[in-house]
Amino acid sequence: MKRRDFVGLTSLAAGALFLPSFPGFGGTLVDPSRLLEPVMDAAVNKRLADAAMNAAKSAGASYADVRIGRYLNQSIFTREKQVQNIASGESYGAGVRVLANGTWGFAATNTVTEAGLAKAAQLAVQIAKANSKVQKDPVKLAPQKGYGEVTWKTPIQQNSFEVPVAQKVDLLLAANAKALDNGANFVNSALFQVNEQKYFASTDGSYIDQDVHRIWPTFSVTAIDRASGKFRTREALSAPMGLGYEYLVPKAADKIAGPAGTGLIGYKNSYDIIEDATLAAKQAKEKITAKSVTPGKYDLVLDPNHLGLTIHESVGHPTELDRVLGYEANYAGTSFATLDWRKQGKPYGSKLVNIFADKTQLGSLGAVGYDDEGVKTKQWDIIKDGKLVDYQKTRDQAHIVGQNESDGCSYSQSWQDVQFQRMANISLKPGTQKLSVDDMIKGVDKGIYIAGRGSFSIDQQRYNSQFGGTVFYAIEKGKIAGMIEDVAYQTNTIEFWNSCAAICDESDYRLFGSFFDGKGQPSQVSAVSHGSAHTRFNGVNVINTARKVG
Amino acid sequence: MAILSKDDANTILKKVLSFSKADECEVTLNGQNGGNIRTARNMVSTSGAVDNVALTVESRFGKRSGIATCNEFDDNTLRRTVQRAEEIARLAPESPEYMPLLGAQQYLAPNAFAQNTANITPDFRAKQAGASISLCDQKKLSSAAFLEDTTGFVAKRNSKGLEAYQQFTNLDFSVTVRTPDGTGSGYAIADFTDIGKFDAAKMTQIAAEKAAGSVGAKAIEPGKYTVILEPAASVELLGNMMQSFDARNADEGRSFLSKKGGGNRKGEKLFDPRVTIYSDPTHPEVPDLAFAGDGRPRQKVTWIEKGVVKNMYSSRFWAQKSGITDIPFPGAFIMEGGTQSTQDMIKSTQKGILVTRLWYIRSVDPQTLLYTGLTRDGTFYIENGKIKHPIKNFRFNESPIIMLNNIEALGRPQRLNGSLVPPMKIRDFTFTSLSDAV
Repeated sequence: MKRRDFVGLTSLAAGALFLPSFPGFGGTLVDPSRLLEPVMDAAVNKRLADAAMNAAKSAGASYADVRIGRYLNQSIFTREKQVQNIASGESYGAGVRVLANGTWGFAATNTVTEAGLAKAAQLAVQIAKANSKVQKDPVKLAPQKGYGEVTWKTPIQQNSFEVPVAQKVDLLLAANAKALDNGANFVNSALFQVNEQKYFASTDGSYIDQDVHRIWPTFSVTAIDRASGKFRTREALSAPMGLGYEYLVPKAADKIAGPAGTGLIGYKNSYDIIEDATLAAKQAKEKITAKSVTPGKYDLVLDPNHLGLTIHESVGHPTELDRVLGYEANYAGTSFATLDWRKQGKPYGSKLVNIFADKTQLGSLGAVGYDDEGVKTKQWDIIKDGKLVDYQKTRDQAHIVGQNESDGCSYSQSWQDVQFQRMANISLKPGTQKLSVDDMIKGVDKGIYIAGRGSFSIDQQRYNSQFGGTVFYAIEKGKIAGMIEDVAYQTNTIEFWNSCAAICDESDYRLFGSFFDGKGQPSQVSAVSHGSAHTRFNGVNVINTARKVG
Repeated sequence: MAILSKDDANTILKKVLSFSKADECEVTLNGQNGGNIRTARNMVSTSGAVDNVALTVESRFGKRSGIATCNEFDDNTLRRTVQRAEEIARLAPESPEYMPLLGAQQYLAPNAFAQNTANITPDFRAKQAGASISLCDQKKLSSAAFLEDTTGFVAKRNSKGLEAYQQFTNLDFSVTVRTPDGTGSGYAIADFTDIGKFDAAKMTQIAAEKAAGSVGAKAIEPGKYTVILEPAASVELLGNMMQSFDARNADEGRSFLSKKGGGNRKGEKLFDPRVTIYSDPTHPEVPDLAFAGDGRPRQKVTWIEKGVVKNMYSSRFWAQKSGITDIPFPGAFIMEGGTQSTQDMIKSTQKGILVTRLWYIRSVDPQTLLYTGLTRDGTFYIENGKIKHPIKNFRFNESPIIMLNNIEALGRPQRLNGSLVPPMKIRDFTFTSLSDAV
């Protein structure tokens, strides 16, 4: 019998998350009040970590790091007028990673005592020594100075666990009611909240205490026409964020009007779920009778809530150094952007394309003070003026590209999984010239405006991709000319980024995010944001996805 | 302590139930013991072990329900967990879809456990991974592989008299072999209840042959082609289609099984008459758990018979509300096939494409079950009954509904992802663009 992974966790498809039996995403199910109880004490953690590191060194480790983690989460699911599930989870334990005989070893325990951690450290050394027999090249770590005892906290205004569950349920049900009032037949909504309390220590002399918060409100509205048998859904245009509950308190200053004629609104650091649910119901109904697209070449104007996923798939993953080197070959694949390809100096995109990696942007999902191997986070260029200039790396990868510093890309989804290289926030820099989305559309003769994420698929080396969206509008002679349906664009990564013709200015820049990005075997999830402003791509191949069956 | 005997599990479950003050209480023990090893670039990259038992307590007061879990089993922890479930239940809103807990049930007795799989050691994993690596070292190829084995049990008991217990074992192995210059790639995957037939080197050999054979791929025009889909190419598309057999979605008008004007399409012929798909937890090749998560018995169920939709699964609430047979979601499916091997199917093909694997499959339109994705790790052009040459990978946009109406031939079913899937020869399969990926 096959052990079944819970697909919803590793999929970006929001639809897959709306399962009534969703059990919470990890940890022991607890009473919500438990999520506010302080458990981790830095002084105690330091003592525990020292015990583990001493045990590792005594057993023969040349390096050790310890992660003591308390991972808290809460998920709330509703449909129409009812609550489907509320789950609060807590997971507490410690993972010890060591280098012995030049080989990694890892062991984890939920016995968070000095003896428990020391035992895990000894087991990690045993595993490292056993695996070193088939190791061909010893691990080389980029040097890393110890930071001493330091702390970092997501600068949230309100911890979402402090907000009563009933209040959060009421908000979701109010959004559902708005959708139903405005013509939706069905609506599912959900709220995910995460708090990672992480203590990291290493034999380099770092003792790092971090408190990381994330939140994601989302919904899916369905409209049905029984006579024709057609149904359409419209997903929320929210973004998962590295924020507290303040994200659900809408502020006028965070709203950016979408293109004239669409009614769409872009959201920056706060989200109006009631407003979006109202519009979603109207748009879901409109989608049923919208004109089916004529396939062909179009100029695309992509909103940040859509483009973020394209950036994620076509720049984020192919520039992860472990993928480039072949470590993910049996699962997600490798990358076209090899070290040799980079040396050839071919353009990744047009000169307008400047893409940066970043683990510091406030409000982003990837923002932390230090990564999961104790490296202080930073921002760095991946694509500069259209050329690939760097990759995303961890400490044991830096030397492979002739560097002596990690980028701070190490992450583990919990204390019991080993940390490995994960994607930083990867974002497209806004244009330097003043440009609004309406001005951008004015210059488009035959085009399509796409908002929100839809179907997405890309090959195992990240050349060929196909993306749908949440809503589509025809652009004719510089104006929005009504909603269209059945749109997907198929493109080659290099051709796509080289067709980038214009980027709106900084005032239009905002974040998209992926809350459950899957990678590795066994698979681990991570959360990552992608910022951009509206961007125009010329002459992209659009297909019609309508089919006739039965 | 990961694998508890029926008696040991019952001792804990009965004790937990005795602590309950709720109107109804159901307790479940779920244990897993096993490990994994991962390789890349002909080296071990990571390895890990799992050993955990978790207890889930669901307490109910009227139509209110609360769930709490723990993984320690001293009396204090058990008591606290029951109390927590009861506290959560008291605070929960009433469920309008409340169904009382099930009473005693009769279950089938599948043999989903094999002692030799349960006996796997870290040494066994390292030896299998080592054999896979050695073969690639000798052939100067580069391999990446993942082996994961699980021995587990589920035990369930409730205050209405339901009792269920079952053990199971499983091993998954997949390997990707690439040529050093990155111009060829091959793949093999399999899973087993009993590891008697598992041989990592043999599977690596298949992947290595595909890698070497896929060097020098030629581009051919995208379009509609006759394809032979190996089981690794079709299993996910079929699995996705079976996930869409939910009766409620169909009745609510948001499924490919919804009927124009209302109702669902049960009883309609939607597929080629050679299509028969069923589930059977006692099938010797793909044994499964005899009960669903909510304790409902899993029986033999025919979903599609000779192209006609025969049954859909549903929640207990929806079954009662709509007056249909109460069928839980299955753990696996079995598609009937023929006796031909993939080689036999190639021999009988004038012009066509052999597809090893489809990858990154995503839903494009749930109305028509249109999916997109790409071929990967060995795509070959067939002419006059022989593999003529490797071809570059394609993106496809196709619906399993259309696919299962365009059947030319079905081969001998093979186990994959716990299901049984035949290789299939399909006409007019739609490839929409070329990919440079290898």
